[in-house]
Amino acid sequence: MSTSTLKSELLSDQDRELIMATQAGLPLVSDPWTELGSQLGMPASEVLERFQKMQASGVIRRVAAVPNHYKLGYRFNGMTVWDVADDAIAELGERVGELPFVSHCYRRPRHLPYWSYNLFAMVHGTSGDEVEDKAGRIADVLGDACSGHTILYSSAILKKTGLRLRKQKDNG
Amino acid sequence: MSVMAERPPSPQSSDDISDFTNTERAIINRLQLGLPLTETPYRDVAEDLGIDEQDLLDHLQAMLADGTLTRFGPMFHAGEMGGGLTLAAMRIPEADFERVTEQVNSFEEVAHNYRREHELNMWFVLATETPGGIAETIERIETLTGYPVYNMPKEQEFHVHLHFEV
Repeated sequence: MSTSTLKSELLSDQDRELIMATQAGLPLVSDPWTELGSQLGMPASEVLERFQKMQASGVIRRVAAVPNHYKLGYRFNGMTVWDVADDAIAELGERVGELPFVSHCYRRPRHLPYWSYNLFAMVHGTSGDEVEDKAGRIADVLGDACSGHTILYSSAILKKTGLRLRKQKDNG
Repeated sequence: MSVMAERPPSPQSSDDISDFTNTERAIINRLQLGLPLTETPYRDVAEDLGIDEQDLLDHLQAMLADGTLTRFGPMFHAGEMGGGLTLAAMRIPEADFERVTEQVNSFEEVAHNYRREHELNMWFVLATETPGGIAETIERIETLTGYPVYNMPKEQEFHVHLHFEV
């Protein structure tokens, strides 16, 4: 097996099979668990139980619809990035994450001299002005602890396949 | 190489949100929050929304087909699966941008790749089978493209709840 011990502890082979079978999508039939079970030779009750356990352990965040936010009118996607004092970022990052319009919020490393920002908050809006307004509200939360920020707009999606689990290789 | 422009030329685009019916809006809003993991998940959601189960399934099918939804299914937390996950950026001169885009996109470890207007103008998510795969993949990308890759793994994740209201 080519995978790490860490992974084999987290995911059984059956869990992996379920992930492989559903990463393109959950079957759109009345009883998706039976449908998956018959594909994988597993009772429907076991399929459902495994999904429940994976969700409880956090392997699956949720089983959900992922909208194309551009089609929903959220065409402006701004990656707001902030240079926040190291001793304040843990507390302030939590408060930025709580803002209802922030979709992702992470602390990441700086790469000086090209990159001095250590807090990333993704903001989506139906207009550029809306994104700027929302960035202003983040600035209010950060106050004096922030010594600089910018907003990176995406001008093209170059690739979007989503996170995929690939087939395990047979070689050791 | 296919590149989808993110900003349409005019706000009066054909896929304006006003085109959604109330049922579609309700489904989009409800199903971003997650399907209940019950024996009859679609029926339970349909009942919540006051529609037929078959109606719900038909709408889901149609919204996937026309691209309103990019996916419907389990959202995996790659970090929890024991693999590696990171955000990386590159500074690519305009003249080389297209070539490097094709090279970077050719890696199956590259899940998303966005052009952004900044000195660091290419931003992508790398997902690998093992944590160690990140450094190895970055090295391969640097060798193939001839440009440095700035690795920006998350050091801390702050809790959020992604939800697009329509």
